[in-house]
Amino acid sequence: MKPPTDLLAEPGLDAPTHETTAVENPTVGIDQSAGDFTYDVKYEFDAGNGLNENVIRYISSVKKEADWILDFRLKAYQTFLAKPMPTHWATKDLENIDFNKIRYYLSQGTKPKRTWDEVPDDIKKTFERLGIPEQERKFLAGVEAQFDSEAAYSNVKDIVAKQGVIFCNSTEALREHPELFKKWFGKVIPTGDNKFSALNSAVFSGGSFIYVPKGVKVAMPLQAYFRINAENFGQFERTLIIADEGAEVTYMEGCTAPKFSTSTLHSAVVELVALKGAKIQYITVQNWANNVFNLVTKRAIAMEDAEVKWIDCNIGSRLTMKYPGVILKGRRARGEVISIALANDGQHQDTGAKMIHAADDTTSVIVAKSISVGQGRSTYRGVVHIPKHLKGCKNNTECDALLINTNSRTDTYPAIVVRGDTHAVQHEASVSKVSEDMIFYMQQRGLTEAQAMSLAVNGFVNDLVRQFPMEYSVELKRLIDLEMEGSVG
Amino acid sequence: MSASPLSTTPAEGLSSAHFATHLSRSAALPAWWLDAKKAAWNQFTALPLPSRTDETWRFSDLKGLDLTGFGLPEAAPQATPKHAAFPQSAELVFANGQATRGPVPADLAGRGVIFAPLEEALREHGDLVRSYFQKHPANLGSEKFVALNTALTATGAFLYVPADVEVALPFVVQHTLTGQNVAAFPHTLVVLGPRAKATLVEFFVSGGAASERQLVSGVNDLHAAEGAQLTYVGAQHWSRQTLAFQVNSIAAGRDARVLSLNLHLGGRQARHESHSRLLGPGAHSEMLALTVADGDREFDQRTLQTHVAPHTTSNLLYKNALLDTAKTIFSGLIIVEPDAQKTDAYQKNRNLMLSDEAEAHSLPGLEIQANDVKCSHGSTSARIDAEQEFYLQARGIAPAAARRLLVTAFFEEVLNKLENEDVHAALTALIASRFQA
Repeated sequence: MKPPTDLLAEPGLDAPTHETTAVENPTVGIDQSAGDFTYDVKYEFDAGNGLNENVIRYISSVKKEADWILDFRLKAYQTFLAKPMPTHWATKDLENIDFNKIRYYLSQGTKPKRTWDEVPDDIKKTFERLGIPEQERKFLAGVEAQFDSEAAYSNVKDIVAKQGVIFCNSTEALREHPELFKKWFGKVIPTGDNKFSALNSAVFSGGSFIYVPKGVKVAMPLQAYFRINAENFGQFERTLIIADEGAEVTYMEGCTAPKFSTSTLHSAVVELVALKGAKIQYITVQNWANNVFNLVTKRAIAMEDAEVKWIDCNIGSRLTMKYPGVILKGRRARGEVISIALANDGQHQDTGAKMIHAADDTTSVIVAKSISVGQGRSTYRGVVHIPKHLKGCKNNTECDALLINTNSRTDTYPAIVVRGDTHAVQHEASVSKVSEDMIFYMQQRGLTEAQAMSLAVNGFVNDLVRQFPMEYSVELKRLIDLEMEGSVG
Repeated sequence: MSASPLSTTPAEGLSSAHFATHLSRSAALPAWWLDAKKAAWNQFTALPLPSRTDETWRFSDLKGLDLTGFGLPEAAPQATPKHAAFPQSAELVFANGQATRGPVPADLAGRGVIFAPLEEALREHGDLVRSYFQKHPANLGSEKFVALNTALTATGAFLYVPADVEVALPFVVQHTLTGQNVAAFPHTLVVLGPRAKATLVEFFVSGGAASERQLVSGVNDLHAAEGAQLTYVGAQHWSRQTLAFQVNSIAAGRDARVLSLNLHLGGRQARHESHSRLLGPGAHSEMLALTVADGDREFDQRTLQTHVAPHTTSNLLYKNALLDTAKTIFSGLIIVEPDAQKTDAYQKNRNLMLSDEAEAHSLPGLEIQANDVKCSHGSTSARIDAEQEFYLQARGIAPAAARRLLVTAFFEEVLNKLENEDVHAALTALIASRFQA
C-alpha cells in the first residue's frame, strides 16, 4: 500500500520505507473477534506498517506542518523508544503489542469507500437494537467518511462560531491558531509522561482543538460528530480544549455502538485547560472492538475556581488503560471523575482516575463503578496526591465493583498520598454480586432471569448514568442489556 | 559494648566471612538446617536490593536500605524487660542473641507444650521445626531480607501447642539488641495443633543509646491447624537509628482463628510485611496494627489477605498516628482466589494526621476472582475531629490533654480486640510512655 507520491504536494517527498511487507489486516497476533470488522480499503495516504523517523516525516509533510511540530514529533519518537513498557505495574498483555505491525497514519479522503450491504449483519442488528439513528449508523460502520447529518448540527456550529469559539482538528488548529494552542499543547501531558503519550506525540493526527473565549458559555455540548472525517476516530487523535476565564463548555466523544476500527492500537492524548473560573465537562463513551488496545492519556489542569469533570464510560476493547486526571492548580479548583467500566469475556478494563492537588482548598471526587461479566476483568487504579504545604484539601473516592459470573474478576489499586493535618481524604471500595433476592423478586413478577439481571446492573450504575446526556444514557442502558445477554444461566 | 571482632569497617556489610563464622557456631545443628542456611545466603547475595520500579516498594525510601557496616553482635549483659510485667506461662529473653529462659510449667510440658529457643528446638525437635519452617513464605517484597534472616538466624522462639491443649496465660519473648552497627535476625515459629489455644507476645527493643545504628531482619511463621485459636502480639521499640524488617506469615486452617497485632513505635525506617492465608473453610484472620510515627521515621507496612478456601473471613485494621515529619505507607491487598466463594474480607487503614508535615501513603488493594463474596476496603486520612476536641475542652480539659485522650481513643478500637487485659494494659503503657517522651 505504497501511497501514490504524485498526490503529495511537496516535490521529492516519498513514502517511508519499511522492512516489513504490508499486512492487509493488522492484528496484534490475536484472532479478530466478532465485534471487530474491517474492510480492505485503498487509502489516499498511508504511512504503511511500522514506525521510524521517515514515517513521522511523512505524516508531518502530508499535514503540511510547521517545523516546530515536526521537531516535536521527532523528539517524542526518541522518547517513545527510550521509555520502557510500564509492565512493572500494568498487565503483561502490553507486551503483545507489536509496534512493527501497526499502521500509524491512514487517510482515506472524502469519498465513500463501501456500501451498507457490506456491513456484517450482526453489526447492523446491534445498531438497530441500540437505536442508533440511520444516518449515524452508516458513518459508524465506516460506510461513509462524512457524517451525513452534519447539516443537522451546522446550526450549532454557526452559533458557537459567532461566540468566538474555535473548533477544529489538530492539524488545522496548529496551522491556523498557533498563538492560541501552542502555549498549552503538550503542557498538561508532557511527551514523556508515559510511553504511549510519547507515541501519540510522535504520530498524532485528528482529534479536536477547541478554544472558548473569556466568559463564553457554550450552551449545547460540542460533539466530535461535528467535523467528522476519516481521521476523527483515528488511532492517535490529539485533543486540546482551552476554556478561557469564566468560560463553560461540554464536549462529548465516542458512541455506544461497536466502533469500526482499522487498527488494534488506539492511543489518544487529551489535554484540557480550565483557566480561572472556567468549567469543562468531557464525556466519553467508548465501545471498542474486542481486539483493540485502548491506551489513552487524559489530563486536565484547573486554575483558580475552575471545575473539570470527566465522565468516562468504557465498554469493549481487549485492554483499556485510561486514568483521566485533574491537576488542581488554582485555589478552590474542583475536579471530578465519574467512571463506568464494563468488561466482558476477553476484556480487561484498567481504568480509574488521578487527582493531583496543587493548591489550597481544592476538592476532588472520584466515583468509579465497574461490572465484570463472564471472564471479564475490571480494574480500578487511582492516584490521589495531596503534597506538602497545602491547606484544606478534600478528596472523596468511591469504587464499587459488580461481579456477574463465578469466573469474573475485579481489582482495585488506589494510591493515596496525604501530607499535613488540614485535609480530609476518604476512600471506600466494595465488591459485590447481584443479590439473589433481588433476582428472585423480579422473576416472581414475570421477568426472565436475563431481564432481571439487566435491570439489576442498570440499577447499579443508574446514579452515574443519570449524569450523562440523555441520548447517551438511553444508548448506554440498551448496551448494558446487550452485554448482559447470555451472561446468566 | 566493645567492638566485636566480627564488627566490620563501615565500608563493608555482612560478608561471607560473617556467614562462615555463623555457620561454624551452628555446626552442631541438623544438616538440613545448615543446607537451608547456605541456600539462603546464596539467595541473599544473589538478590538485588529493591529498585525504584519495584511495585512492592512503591513510596518507600530506598536510599535508607543501607546494609553497609553491620556486623553480628557479641553477647550482651542480661537485659531487663522494658515492658510492664504481667502473669505469663513462660518467658524467653534474647539479649544480643544470648538466650535466657524461664521454665515451662510442668503441667504444660507434661501435655506436650514446647516453648524453647529456636536452636534448642532444632536439636531436640528438628523434624517438627523442619516441617513448618518457612512453609508459607510471605513473598511481599522483602525476599532478600528474609533470606538474610534464614542465613543468619540463631535466635527466636519455637512454640508448639499440641492438639486440644488450651493455654490461658501468654508466652512472652523479649528481644534486646545493644551496640553500634550490630544486626539481629530473630525467627519465631509458632505451631498450634488442632483445637489448641495460645497467646504469644513478643517485645523487640534496643537496649542501648537511642543513637545506636542497628539492623534487624525478623521473621514470624504462625501456623494454626483446624479449630486452633492463636493470638500473636509483636511490639517493637527499636532505637531511632534502626533499620528494621519484620516479615509475618500466617496460615489458618479450617475454622482456625488467628489474631495478630503489631505495635510499631521505633526505628528510623521500619518495614512490616504480613501475609495471611485462609486455607480451610471457616478460617478467620484478624490483622491489626498500631503505629506511632514521630520524628522523621518511616513506617512501611505491606499486607496481603489471601483467601484460598471458601467460607473464609478476614478483617484488617491498621491505624497510624502521624506526628512531626514522619511518613507512613500502608499497602494492603485482598486476594480472593477463584475457589474462595463466600469470602468475607475487610481492610481498613486509618491515618490520624497530627502534624502539617507528616505524610501518609495509603494503597488499599483488592484482587477478586470469585463473585459470591463480600469484600470492601476503606482508607481515611484526617486530623482530630474538631468537634470532639471542642467537646473535651468545653469540659475543662486542656488542649494537649484532650488531644492525647483522642489519640488514645483512636488506638483503643484496636487494643480492645485483645482478650487478655494484662497484654492490653502493657501495650497501652508502652504507647503512653511514647507520648510522654
